[in-house]
Amino acid sequence: MAHFDPNARPFSKKWLNERLAVETLERVLSTEYWIPKNINFLWAMGMVLAATFGLLVISGIFLLMYYIPDTQKAFDSVNYTIMSQVGYGWLWRHIHGVAASVVFLIIYIHMFTGIYYGSYKKGREMIWISGMLLFVTFSGEAFAGYVLPWGQMSYWAGMVITNLFEGFSADFMGGALNFPGLVEWIRGDYVPGQAFIGRFFMLHVFLMPLVIIALIVLHFGALRIPHVNNQDGEEIDFEAEAEKWKAGHRKESKVIPFKPVFLSKDVFVLGIYFLFFFYLVFYHFEFAMDPVNFDPADGLKTPPHIYPEWYFLWSYEVLRAFSKNPGLVWFGFAQVIFFLLPFLDRSPNVAPASRRGPFKIWFWLLLIDMIGLTILGKLPPVGIFTPIGTTFAYIFIALWFALPFITKMEKPVGGK
Amino acid sequence: MKELKILAVVVFFTLVTYWGVEPYAHSQMHKHVEGHDFTYQDINASGVKGDPAKGKNLIAACAGCHGIKSQGMKAPMDAMGASAAYGVNPPDLSNAGAIFDEKFLIAFLQNPAHTAKAKPNFAMPPSAASAQDAADIVAYLKSIAPKEVSPKEAYVTACGRCHANSYGKWTQIGDIPKTKGNIKTGNDVALAQFKINVAKYQDKLADYMGKLPPDLKIIARARSKHYLETFVEDPQSHLPGTAMPRVGLTKEGFEKVYAYLESTGDPSKPLREKTGPIVLGFFLIFTLLAYGWYKSQWKGLK
Ligand code: HEC
Ligand code: HEC
Ligand code: HEM
Repeated sequence: MAHFDPNARPFSKKWLNERLAVETLERVLSTEYWIPKNINFLWAMGMVLAATFGLLVISGIFLLMYYIPDTQKAFDSVNYTIMSQVGYGWLWRHIHGVAASVVFLIIYIHMFTGIYYGSYKKGREMIWISGMLLFVTFSGEAFAGYVLPWGQMSYWAGMVITNLFEGFSADFMGGALNFPGLVEWIRGDYVPGQAFIGRFFMLHVFLMPLVIIALIVLHFGALRIPHVNNQDGEEIDFEAEAEKWKAGHRKESKVIPFKPVFLSKDVFVLGIYFLFFFYLVFYHFEFAMDPVNFDPADGLKTPPHIYPEWYFLWSYEVLRAFSKNPGLVWFGFAQVIFFLLPFLDRSPNVAPASRRGPFKIWFWLLLIDMIGLTILGKLPPVGIFTPIGTTFAYIFIALWFALPFITKMEKPVGGK
Repeated sequence: MKELKILAVVVFFTLVTYWGVEPYAHSQMHKHVEGHDFTYQDINASGVKGDPAKGKNLIAACAGCHGIKSQGMKAPMDAMGASAAYGVNPPDLSNAGAIFDEKFLIAFLQNPAHTAKAKPNFAMPPSAASAQDAADIVAYLKSIAPKEVSPKEAYVTACGRCHANSYGKWTQIGDIPKTKGNIKTGNDVALAQFKINVAKYQDKLADYMGKLPPDLKIIARARSKHYLETFVEDPQSHLPGTAMPRVGLTKEGFEKVYAYLESTGDPSKPLREKTGPIVLGFFLIFTLLAYGWYKSQWKGLK
């Protein structure tokens, strides 16, 4: 039986501890949540992501007060009401638009940090998988949001992406894998229209954010037992090191408490990030708010170039590199393959890529290849760009097929 | 130091990606059109000197279609009547001498469709018998032109007959009027009537032009300034075969029109430029304080 002191003053520390265990909670979640000392600013990217999500939610709430999910009114509700009639509405919108783009830059940095330091294996598989689920839901969230202002790109990107659900072409296997009805079912109409905007509005402001929040909790929870990795991939005995810290051997201990020591660095990195972020918001927002989307949606006028936002370009280029049916297969491959990373990497080494022999080459090739795909995904598929794009797509696929073999051959690196 | 090296790597790859998907990709997607500062090099200067006094006597040739409000000359038809007759409302000429290029106008009055690179169905007929007449009329138009033309007036004269600007409350037949509805029913008959007129005008305009010219409410965000400048200078350079005529603005005239487009399409710009430094200043102080905290927490740890 729990013990409740009848004399404890309501809402005093003691009273709260008996009811909510606030001090235990604080200890477990922050003052005795141990972080290795040997890490660099890349380990602050998770906090940067959480803060950016916070910015998206707050700015989104302000936009939500004036946005109207109606094919006739959506464009003006955003571009007129929010941009010029609501006090500082433009600021919220620019914050929202820039954050939606920058969040993906940080996600990619965060992912490649994990790949570089091998932070997805030996107990950290669930961190990686929950992170990938966040990547997928953020992608869905961003796509749904992009539909809302109902500009030319909203409409046509919505058209092109939902068309993918048609599946394989009608001449393949007698059309057994061809589902034109599915596309209409998703759109609720033959073309994107009122039902489409209503559905994506619901997804964008309710269901997806809810799922994202749940996944963030899962992601954080998955970190608690294995703890975060460090710059050398060293396996740390967290209990023993924590004891050293508590005994006052701060210099000798390999760990630091999250609050206040690690937090102080996080906040500093956040400060620098916010400087960069708000510079973009005020002086350089065009990259995040495509000019084409300031032309109102027009179902009779196909824009000369239809392309997704930059963060989808690499997988879009994999899709474009092939003809319809194989394109769909490899596009699907690109969507799921990162989930399998912890199992395709057969080496037991948890170490920075620079010490892992062939994996080092694999890492840099993957990074360069994906940047190449991203750039080619936006370029018109003409002339020399087509064969280069196809080559990059083949390299992407080949890299993933090669991964189990090169990691299997990898020599163990002596743990420090 | 190691952290700075890592930062340099991150920044490098970020910038390469940015360069590829923004400046480089756009340079490949859109053909580059060189601007000529509204010099209209394809039009030969007539070489004749105009006389405003003579031009004043010739202006009756224009008054059959155009009004010149500043001189107390009303247009012979209202916008509705004019659109029924010509498909489009001939602009009031009070400001024409201030925003249109002289060389362009002289050629235009003698041969409108050709000079404007417009379709053969261009509604204005040749209205000056000789280069001398044309130069006289243009000299007159310049003599009556006001010193200062507001951005909105420039827009109305040069673009307003074809392009609505709903964020600026402009329709092709004039400003959206302030009307009062009926309190008992909530109906606003006057406004409804106005909207019907706009609809009728737009139908006629679309018949004349082949399509309805787009509402330019937020074109300042949808197209770069360079695009707008080169497009207005010569619409054919971007959209070969388009029905939009070359209107013949001067460079200053275009700047006026652009100022109007920016005021409706990007009205937050002045406030944005004022707020930016304040917000960045705040985060600079925030970062410095955070750096101090970080240094104090990590002292003696390594
Ligand atoms: C038969 C009627 C008619 C007469 C006469 C006429 N105009 Fe026009 N004018 C028009 C119409 C209609 C337009 C608009 C055409 C369009 O935009 O397609 C126009 C357009 C113009 C423009 C705008 C050109 C531009 O580049 O945007 C000017 C300036 C002009 N007229 C000047 C004159 C002058 C000066 C005269 C007399 C010498 C004259 N017009 C005589 C019907 C007329
Ligand atoms: C006589 C009618 C007329 C006048 C006057 C006119 N336009 Fe246009 N404009 C058009 C038409 C018609 C189109 C549609 C062109 C097309 O799609 O082929 C158009 C299209 C445009 C576009 C869109 C081009 C694009 O990239 O899709 C812009 C921008 C534009 N006009 C700006 C202006 C400006 C600025 C002015 C005044 C300086 C002006 N127009 C005057 C008829 C006109
Ligand atoms: C849960 C919080 C959120 C709410 C309430 C919200 C709400 C909104 C609303 C009402 C709009 C339409 C107005 C506009 O276009 O500016 C919008 C647009 C958009 N949202 Fe969100 N949003 C949220 C989170 C996110 C997240 C997490 C992302 C992406 C990672 C995102 C990406 C976008 C994008 C790309 C647009 C289009 C922006 C534009 O074109 O200006 N949103 N959002």
